[in-house]
Amino acid sequence: MISKVRQHLSQNEGLLFERSSPGKRAYQLPALDVPPVDAAEALGAENVRPEIEDFPEVSEVEAIRHFTRLSSWNYSIDHGMYPLGSCTMKYNPRINELVARIEGLAWAHPYQPEALAQGSMEVMARLESALAEITGMDAVTLQPAAGAHGELTGILLIRALLEKRGNPRKKILIPDSAHGTNPATAAIAGYAVENVKSSDTGVLDVSALEHIVTDDVAALMVTNPNTLGVFEENIIHVAEILHAKGAMLYMDGANMNALVGIARPGDFGVDVLHLNLHKTFSTPHGGGGPGAGPVAVKKALEPFLPAPRLKRAGKKWAWDYKRRHSIGRVRSFYGNFGVLVRALAYILAHGGDGLRNATVDAVLNAVYIRKKLEPYYDLPYPSPNMHEVVFSDDRQAKAGVRTGDLAKRLIDYGFHPYTVSFPLIVHGALMIEPTETESKLELDQFIDAMMDIAKEVESDPQTVKNAPYGTRTSRVDEVTAARKPVLRWKPS
Amino acid sequence: MLTACGVESTQELFSHLPDAVRLNRPLDLPPGISEYEIVDYFRARAAENANGYASFLGAGVYNHFRPVLVDTVVSRGEFLTAYTPYQAEISQGTLTHIFEFQTMICQLTGMDVANASMYDGSTAVPEAAMMAVRATGKGRVLVSQALHPEYREVLRTYARNQGMPVDEFGYVADAGTIDLEDLDRKMDDLTAAVIVQSPNFFGIVDQVKTAAEIAHRRGALLILVFTEAVSLGILEPPADVDIVAGELQSFAISPSYGGPFAGIIAAREKLIRQMPGRLVGQTVDTHGNRAFCLTLSTREQHIRREKATSNICTNQALIALMATVFMTVYGKQGLRELAEQNLAKAHYLAGKLKPRFCGRFFNEFVAKVENPDAVNKALLKKKIIGGLPLGRFYPELADSILLCCTEMSRKQDMDALAEVLA
Repeated sequence: MISKVRQHLSQNEGLLFERSSPGKRAYQLPALDVPPVDAAEALGAENVRPEIEDFPEVSEVEAIRHFTRLSSWNYSIDHGMYPLGSCTMKYNPRINELVARIEGLAWAHPYQPEALAQGSMEVMARLESALAEITGMDAVTLQPAAGAHGELTGILLIRALLEKRGNPRKKILIPDSAHGTNPATAAIAGYAVENVKSSDTGVLDVSALEHIVTDDVAALMVTNPNTLGVFEENIIHVAEILHAKGAMLYMDGANMNALVGIARPGDFGVDVLHLNLHKTFSTPHGGGGPGAGPVAVKKALEPFLPAPRLKRAGKKWAWDYKRRHSIGRVRSFYGNFGVLVRALAYILAHGGDGLRNATVDAVLNAVYIRKKLEPYYDLPYPSPNMHEVVFSDDRQAKAGVRTGDLAKRLIDYGFHPYTVSFPLIVHGALMIEPTETESKLELDQFIDAMMDIAKEVESDPQTVKNAPYGTRTSRVDEVTAARKPVLRWKPS
Repeated sequence: MLTACGVESTQELFSHLPDAVRLNRPLDLPPGISEYEIVDYFRARAAENANGYASFLGAGVYNHFRPVLVDTVVSRGEFLTAYTPYQAEISQGTLTHIFEFQTMICQLTGMDVANASMYDGSTAVPEAAMMAVRATGKGRVLVSQALHPEYREVLRTYARNQGMPVDEFGYVADAGTIDLEDLDRKMDDLTAAVIVQSPNFFGIVDQVKTAAEIAHRRGALLILVFTEAVSLGILEPPADVDIVAGELQSFAISPSYGGPFAGIIAAREKLIRQMPGRLVGQTVDTHGNRAFCLTLSTREQHIRREKATSNICTNQALIALMATVFMTVYGKQGLRELAEQNLAKAHYLAGKLKPRFCGRFFNEFVAKVENPDAVNKALLKKKIIGGLPLGRFYPELADSILLCCTEMSRKQDMDALAEVLA
């Protein structure tokens, strides 16, 4: 019995281009209060386009119906639990949206005089100091546009410091449980990647690490808690091993939501870390961005942070562009300011105690799911978990049902799937992260759904393998999409 | 729940953490506050910024009206609070609007393929350069000095550790267009890409076609950059361009002190597999209905790890949706009219001043003024934020400011500005 959902009608809708007819319009422009200009004369006839071929032409009502109908084909956090492990799909408070749209903030131009941008700069300064306190680090840059962009910034900082010490070194060590962005980032920063095998308990193998940390190693990139949701219990020792060889400890802060108010990376030996404001600090994912990826560092790395930096000039804030050792800019202007506003609103709403409570609730929810589902799904790493739990499809695979099938069946039960087949060190992984957002009621419905699916696998595996059934779109042919790419609409 | 978890207190959930890593005090942050107080705090900060000023700033960030429909659509929780559309069956809304976005970017730029967005225009430039490096097997990049100075800085940061030498070529002192002779002189067989912005940083429609010829003659690609997307409503996208990297802030994305914005990369078909970031493709479901999904992901970091085309992961989906709604609202006719209004306004103001360059311009131009800081100070007294003083980026233009007019620039403000500058 599926209790959370039942079917309802959804509207069909073509693409904008198929809805389009000549002369329809949804826009209004004021009457021009200056003389019109002949485009061909002003720009040169050869530079003026006749028209934008096939560009849409629809009315306002058609436009809003189009996007509303499309929206009804999405699942979202506002619908219910979205247990994507590592993605931290928590509720996005709407107050954040409201304050980011206040005119004086939303319409601030990045080049308006500093004297007329003090409010924006104060917001950034306050967020920098709050993030420094939360992470236990000495300085924070807000410039990077997303987590992966923060990673790149962080590795470039390490490179700059090592270069100044005489040798940038050659390698970055990356555990086999890491996010794909870690090795991709290291490569873009000009480093070779050496993969580090996790131990039998799913954490860093300290004795193995001692052997591979050589004078060639620039840094180790570690996610803590790691992608199994397990805290790296030897992290202080790991930091010592690296530091003894002149290497750095980089922390991927994707899972910082398991630590806020409980432990601080700055206190356990981390030299650089990035944060994902769209994970831990509740800014909306928006179907894939925008994010923001602040980077926090220890004092030794501060001189290398991207320019410009905020500085105090008397009673005012100013931008400091004269940063001799800076790695340079990683993007134009100062960062994804609108996302920063939302993250600060979240921090202000919670305060220190509230942030810690969110961490505790997130861990409690994940442990609860683990305990309830352990009898039904294989748990390859039994170490204590924090904010997420990773099962494998080992038992279900015997009936020919894989993690991807289980995930699709979960859709019929009214939930977004968990993260499928990641981390790579777990064969057939089911990576589940509830976040602090979920009530016991929603968790219990999820747990019931997972238990029912486990039973279905035993009684009727084919039903699970062909899921989903309740969606307007059934299983999508991804192979054909990749084999014969159609990446844009064209008139038939 | 505690009982089910086999613990007596929530503290026990953390008992596996070593003592040495624990924070044994509360975070030093003030207690949480209510919605009302949060609004109050940010209103107070907003009041410390410019309010009620007319502005003539452009330089990569433009004041265009945001149609009401844009926020109506992006505020829908179904779009706002969804994740990257990995699970196609319950993400067709996001996938469909990204497919429409890719299509419209192709229509605007004249390219064959566009991705689902980049962080912004400035980071799209090095990503485009890396595409060219992979496609040509060469390493060097030649970039116009009339490319946005901050974009050039970002390119240098990315290039430094990749064995990608970046050299610049100049602009013509009277026209403000790229110096084709300088480009030709600096061109060599090791160059992977020539990067040109049009309209360029000075607002001038640049000589992209000739630059492309010079690049192609030596086996390099031509990367065209734009920062003012509204210009595409009227300007013919130059043929012979290989990659377009641009910024869509003008399409209903508020200036927001510099971000979040949305960049794009569009390219010729043969470069598909070099594209960074997400791509949405059309396919069918098991019933044969049209459906969309993320595709060609073997280029990407979550599959290829260190061999990926880029480390980009999350990009700017919701911001790209703003641009998609904007393009839908204005449509074929509206975008043209909007561009014409921008053109008319800028030429009206330029007619009252002394443009520094004689090149053809769209909605920005450089004006010569004796003392930019003094002029801007005088303008502030009239509640006008003047142009961007260029000395900061171009020492030889210390006597010049970059002015921008859009459909939002009122005649009375332009007249007042011209009076002070005269």
